[in-house]
Amino acid sequence: MRGFTHTLRRELRLALRQGGDSLLVVMFFVLVVVLFPLGVGPEPGILSRIGAGIIWVSALLAAMLSMDRLYQSDFEDGSLELLVLSPTPLEIIVLAKAAAHWLTTGLPLIAASPLLGLLLNLEAEGIAVMLASLALGTPALSLVGAIGAALVLGARRGGVLISLLILPLFIPILIFGVGAVDAALLELTYRPQLMVLGALLLLAAALSPWAAAAAVRQAVA
Amino acid sequence: MVVFSGTQLTCIRGERLVFEDLGFSVEEGAALYLTGANGSGKSSLLRVMAALQRPAAGELCWNEADVWDDIPAHHDRTRYVGHADGVKPVLSIGENLAFWAAISATRPEPAGHGVQTALSRVGLGELSDMPARFLSAGQRRRLNLARLLASPARLWLLDEPAAGLDEESAAVLESMIASHLARGGMAVVATHDAVPAGARRLELP
Amino acid sequence: MHRFANPTRFVRLAGRVQPWAAAVALGCLGVGLYFALFSSPPDYQQGETVRIMYVHVPAAWMAMFCYVVMAAASASSLIWRHRVADLAAKATAPVGAAFTLLALVTGSLWGKPMWGTWWVWDARLTSVLILFFLYLGYIALQNAFEDPARGARAAAILAVVGVINVPIIKFSVDWWNTLHQPASLTRMD
Repeated sequence: MRGFTHTLRRELRLALRQGGDSLLVVMFFVLVVVLFPLGVGPEPGILSRIGAGIIWVSALLAAMLSMDRLYQSDFEDGSLELLVLSPTPLEIIVLAKAAAHWLTTGLPLIAASPLLGLLLNLEAEGIAVMLASLALGTPALSLVGAIGAALVLGARRGGVLISLLILPLFIPILIFGVGAVDAALLELTYRPQLMVLGALLLLAAALSPWAAAAAVRQAVA
Repeated sequence: MVVFSGTQLTCIRGERLVFEDLGFSVEEGAALYLTGANGSGKSSLLRVMAALQRPAAGELCWNEADVWDDIPAHHDRTRYVGHADGVKPVLSIGENLAFWAAISATRPEPAGHGVQTALSRVGLGELSDMPARFLSAGQRRRLNLARLLASPARLWLLDEPAAGLDEESAAVLESMIASHLARGGMAVVATHDAVPAGARRLELP
Repeated sequence: MHRFANPTRFVRLAGRVQPWAAAVALGCLGVGLYFALFSSPPDYQQGETVRIMYVHVPAAWMAMFCYVVMAAASASSLIWRHRVADLAAKATAPVGAAFTLLALVTGSLWGKPMWGTWWVWDARLTSVLILFFLYLGYIALQNAFEDPARGARAAAILAVVGVINVPIIKFSVDWWNTLHQPASLTRMD
């Protein structure tokens, strides 16, 4: 547990001092969402119909884009070897890194999403459920992404490769995230979708640290 | 008497045979110096000793027990200093070291104390609050070596630790190793410099 | 069995068996295609297009079967660090990807006369499409490293992660499809 808080504090400190990363991710997120009305036309009816999907897909892309930085600098400067060799279990360290990734990218994305919901003519009820679905879904994205980021360490074209590896794994989160908002907009019950998202998050939290730690170990061996 | 030993070790990296059928042993209070040309496998052997990499064949033992059966225990008693210093430029020197000390300690201990002492020993005591990006290559290496003091462990694995150090710091390093051995520690040091008189040495072909 | 797990012996044996296995495979393929394309009656509803099914369904089975084989081989390579398991996983991937592609193409060919369009977002087709991307990711990761051993290890972890995800993906795509099922379309397979 101490290892978790120490690593989390270090990662947050690094993110804050290096600055800019979170802001860039949010800007990317906003820009992609803004591209859609320009692409499909500004009719409010169409936009409010597909708004939840647009926001979720953009959030997926934004989370993935920031993912390859998770271990890259540690890998390059030798810190990753030292983390693997520390007596603190690597699973805990990886979990702390995923948590830090969520706090620095997932949380800002959630904060920006209501505004984007308004731009896309989503109704208030839909926006509230979207916030809930993002709050459950984005931590799972960080956890699953932590596996992919470790697998591509030292690979040629790692940045493109990681999207091929983890986007298919993001699909269930996307489906239930958008499903919850669509259900709310149709005034149907959205509880089951949110509960499935919660289940996916728990599953990811339980399993992905093991896989990510194994991936990091083979990357530095 | 604690013994760290390897028998018939073989290492393959990237389909290339680095070394094979290699044996060594280090006892309490002793150091082993690894020498040999570039590419002879000194770094690979140290990585195998640190259990960072599994040997393709052979056994690595701590007191007759296979190291790979209990990796957390091995990481607990081992400190490894490799070529890369793992220094974060945006963190202060003190923060850099405090983090490594914190995650290397398996038991809670008075925070900060060991860090400052370790920094003073390697001559960075005054610079604790300075961001590490201002450090020279030699100073970064000293900061990396300070980890050995900030979180003590039985076995030191040092890969060309004197690379980039000035004469004064090299002397500090030598006395660090000497007092570590005097306290019953053990060290394996890969080096291109002269091996201290009387020290055991393993020449890699 | 352990006698054949020795890599050199395995490779020697495989070399000797390969021509015979290839001959048997070609023979079976010929007989199967003859029965499927010539010796079976056309369906009373689908007509001649039903013959696509004789290729499509086994291809889809093989697509999934190969992924499971690949993941099992990857898991044993991670656990027992066996060279032959690595070889098996590596050899299975392109075969599985080819069958997945075959299933997609035949599904699409069958869909044109049946559904009037080349592609529908049917739950099965969509799942198979995602499976195809999982295969591509696996093959790309395997070839992305200078050191082939590193590629094999990374890909092995990906295969195991993937096989845990395949049922979850399948479940969510089925759920998504029932929600968005267009009324004009009935399930015919």
